[in-house]
Amino acid sequence: MTALIELKSVEKHYGDYHALRGIDLEIRAGEFFSLLGPSGCGKTTLLRTIAGLEEVSSGTIRIDGRDMKGVAANHRPTNMVFQSYAVFPHLSVAENVGFGLRRDPRSKVEKARAVEQALEMVGLGGYGKRRAHALSGGQRQRVALARALILEPKVLLLDEPLSALDRLMREQMQLELMRLQRQVGITFILVTHDQEEALVMSDRIAVMFDGQIGQLADPETLYRKPANRRVAQFIGKMNFLPGRMLDQRGAIEVAGLGRAELAPEQALPAGGEITVGLRPETLAILFDGDTAPRRETRGTVAEVVYYGDMTYYEVRVDGIDRPLTVSMKNLIGRPVLEVGATTRLAWDERALVLLTA
Amino acid sequence: MKGLPLRVYAILYLLFLYAPIALLPLFAFNDATIIAFPLKGFTTHWFGDLAGNAALRQAVGNSLFIAAMTAIFATLLGICAARAGAMARFPGKGGILGFVMLPLVLPEIIVAVSLLIVMRQVLGLNLSNWTVIAAHVLICTPFSIAILNGAFQNLDPSIEEAAMDLGESRLSAFRLVTLPLVMPGIVSSMLIAFTISLDEFIIAFFLTGANPTMPVYIWGLLRFPAQLPVVMALGTILVTLSVVLLVIAELFRRRGLARAGIKDTGGFL
Repeated sequence: MTALIELKSVEKHYGDYHALRGIDLEIRAGEFFSLLGPSGCGKTTLLRTIAGLEEVSSGTIRIDGRDMKGVAANHRPTNMVFQSYAVFPHLSVAENVGFGLRRDPRSKVEKARAVEQALEMVGLGGYGKRRAHALSGGQRQRVALARALILEPKVLLLDEPLSALDRLMREQMQLELMRLQRQVGITFILVTHDQEEALVMSDRIAVMFDGQIGQLADPETLYRKPANRRVAQFIGKMNFLPGRMLDQRGAIEVAGLGRAELAPEQALPAGGEITVGLRPETLAILFDGDTAPRRETRGTVAEVVYYGDMTYYEVRVDGIDRPLTVSMKNLIGRPVLEVGATTRLAWDERALVLLTA
Repeated sequence: MKGLPLRVYAILYLLFLYAPIALLPLFAFNDATIIAFPLKGFTTHWFGDLAGNAALRQAVGNSLFIAAMTAIFATLLGICAARAGAMARFPGKGGILGFVMLPLVLPEIIVAVSLLIVMRQVLGLNLSNWTVIAAHVLICTPFSIAILNGAFQNLDPSIEEAAMDLGESRLSAFRLVTLPLVMPGIVSSMLIAFTISLDEFIIAFFLTGANPTMPVYIWGLLRFPAQLPVVMALGTILVTLSVVLLVIAELFRRRGLARAGIKDTGGFL
């Protein structure tokens, strides 16, 4: 796969505010790419510079090999779905979707057919005559999608498109966006602050903090091997444990858990104090009769959070300041423990993630 | 009954507001030169006199021209200010916008005198319809801004960007998307400015040249008691016209909100 979009040392300043700091990025053709980060991390600014709605302060953006310097939004092979959808309220649904075809040389009938096809693609077939302001949020979003996709852009930019929808609608739209992307084969770049959304939908994710890319990887790598503590904290839940290097082959001492061997592929620091991460689902509470497949320690239940399908326990273990979060599936016949119960805890050194910073 | 005092108060209040205006049509159709009860009988000949008065027709013509020009210029300036206020960011924005609105509360007599001095003594201009237009634009622009602010602030700032993203230039995006959405505000602003200018007296009195505007001419007529019923007839026409224009302006403003899908009952009326 070749790079469709290349960003080289892109910088953006707003007065004193440094919004983007040396962004280097390659996005491949046909990829579902996400920019993930907390609000104010620069992800929307980055998207807008790709769209041509913001000028970069320095650095270059190339789309399909063409330098985009001085190319305004209306001349770029990108289209955007705005966070507010920005559906034109004074036009009908069909007029909205056909808005970008104004300069298209095709005949009126052909354009009308293209509009209807685009509407059918987003599940709004037959809605053409409706007034845009009378639509629901989800329908407006579909109009915004059809309006952008009808122009067959090289890149579709989506700025937090699902944040205004309720949970059910959001999950449905996630699947639908993925289906659409496979169907049209256009590169999608999604901006989101919702890590779950990014994990579900993306081929690759760039996690951004303070105008910089913290880590760029596929969802699984991002979840299993976060590059640093910040990424680990932002994506999923993670227990952080202090530890100490014992030798250069990966032997470490973890507070509360004891000696462990790190998986060999992890780059090892010179020595001394380290932090390791452990996901809640890699820990398990052992009930009577269970034996730990690998390692075992003891703890006291400090907090129980019941989610229906899952229960999250905060388990206090001697030698660790903060209790460990443990997630357990609520299987048939498995009791929910109470606060104060002493328990055995199974853990696995293969799940330990060495974190820098 | 608990609500009775309040109801009586409301009725008295409305009487106080509108009874004097109700007298206008009453005496405009009264067949007597003297404005007094009892009424003498029905006539329309005061309206006939009105139509036959060439000087008055000239004054009305002046006023309509001035009001139309004022409406156009004040609204153009209002569009620029409201758009900047709603969409642009620049240093000192709050102060500048406040300063622009100041003529709203300046006493008109002060504005009139200072403008007379500026135009005659400083600029050495001859007084004409255009000097009145300039002054009326000054006092009407804040009203235009106030109305247009509403129109522009209800606008989603992404909408113009979306149009550009879909292939339009900055100018055509404004024309195709922003303009239609704020058009009701523009019409409403023009109608209000037109109405304000049409019956403005103090500034026009100071700044008209040889041809007085209608309010100034009416004031002149008051020295001739025999002409009073004609003034009443003219007043009747003006009140009707003003009410019609204001209602149209408000309807446009509401239509604008409805277009943008916003529910609102406040506003000018």
